Amino acid sequence: MQHTLNAKRLLCPMPVIRTQDKIKTLTAGDVLEVVCTDPGALNDVPAWCRINGHKVLETKTVDDEVIIIIEVAE
Amino acid sequence: MSKQRKAVALISGGLDSLLAAKVMLEQGIHVEGINFFTGFCVEGHTHAIRKKDKAKPKRNNALWSAEQLGIKLHIIDVIEEYKDVLLNPKHGYGQNMNPCLDCKGFMVKKAVEWIKENDFDFIITGEVIGQRPMSQRRDTMPVIQKESGAGDLLLRPLCAKNLPETIPEIEGWVDREKLYDFSGRTRKPQMALAEKFGFKDYASPAGGCCFLTDKNYSDKLVDMWQHRSSRDYELDDIMMLKVGRHIRPNDNFKMIVGRELGENKFMEGYRKVYPYIHCSSHKGPLVLLDGDLKQSDVELAARIAARFGQGRDADEVEMSLTFPDGKNTVLKVKPMPSEEILKEWYV
Repeated sequence: MQHTLNAKRLLCPMPVIRTQDKIKTLTAGDVLEVVCTDPGALNDVPAWCRINGHKVLETKTVDDEVIIIIEVAE
Repeated sequence: MSKQRKAVALISGGLDSLLAAKVMLEQGIHVEGINFFTGFCVEGHTHAIRKKDKAKPKRNNALWSAEQLGIKLHIIDVIEEYKDVLLNPKHGYGQNMNPCLDCKGFMVKKAVEWIKENDFDFIITGEVIGQRPMSQRRDTMPVIQKESGAGDLLLRPLCAKNLPETIPEIEGWVDREKLYDFSGRTRKPQMALAEKFGFKDYASPAGGCCFLTDKNYSDKLVDMWQHRSSRDYELDDIMMLKVGRHIRPNDNFKMIVGRELGENKFMEGYRKVYPYIHCSSHKGPLVLLDGDLKQSDVELAARIAARFGQGRDADEVEMSLTFPDGKNTVLKVKPMPSEEILKEWYV
């Protein structure tokens, strides 16, 4: 299933915390799109995914928004 | 086969917690990290705001530490619960508004709850006797154990040999002989251990992970409390204390003046929260107004705001005042000469 998390206007580590909390409610194989405005999220959210085993499918910056697409692991 | 023992490490992102966790990993302990976000953490936050810091890598050092260690990290939002620690510290404040002893006790107490919920065996921290004047002293370290409820389940691997044995040592889960006896404010032993473990790039060894230890920040926090009916605060309040010049020309309102492009951009996100002034005839900063602005304050605020724009030397500039509901007033003012902006107005 596809999900979206609005983490705009939040500064790190809040986007990471919101991502972490959202993923707890999802199941393996779900895809989560995290939308942030803090450019720090571009490093922090993928770092959190790496250490917790989730797969980052794509990261992109569109205008002032940072978008990270994650596939949830087991 | 003996049971795989599990420890949760309080990871701040600094060198000590990195080393403490590594020492445990070296002994075959399963380690996961925990990091508490109080809202006052220097980590993350402000380097994302200021444009001048754009060249620096925007990494969260707690996450970076966990990645170096190859362990999971759980970041926990404790903003609400932390208010009581800051507002009512049983052991008082340090040099500034830092309630370090209560803070450490609170974090270890949260870790105790976490190990119970997650079936872990004990807690480790990077504390070193004598390193911090309030929370890391021989007489205060047992206070943390007692008041957090951790007791002998709290192990400080970097200075364990200077302390009584804890359960992980007594039970043989860890080998006390392979723990350390660091003490005092010197960082040399930690740096040597970092080298031994191959850590070359780590966060500022001197620590300083909390804005509450910063005098300028604490002054702004106290000023905010003194000019409000309550000491309660929201995350936005404490975020704004990290941004801009704070100028209080009258008791009833304060001005927050963006210092550069990054701050102005960040502050733009608050235009629906605070009234704001900007110069419409010249380039200039965004100025947020916090408090109860009276009609009689408007010209004063506009003249001060004009001082920080490129029209500062003009005879007259056009300033625009906008309220969160969208109402807007434009006024022409003479920028205030710098000598008329009193030093005591700066918070």
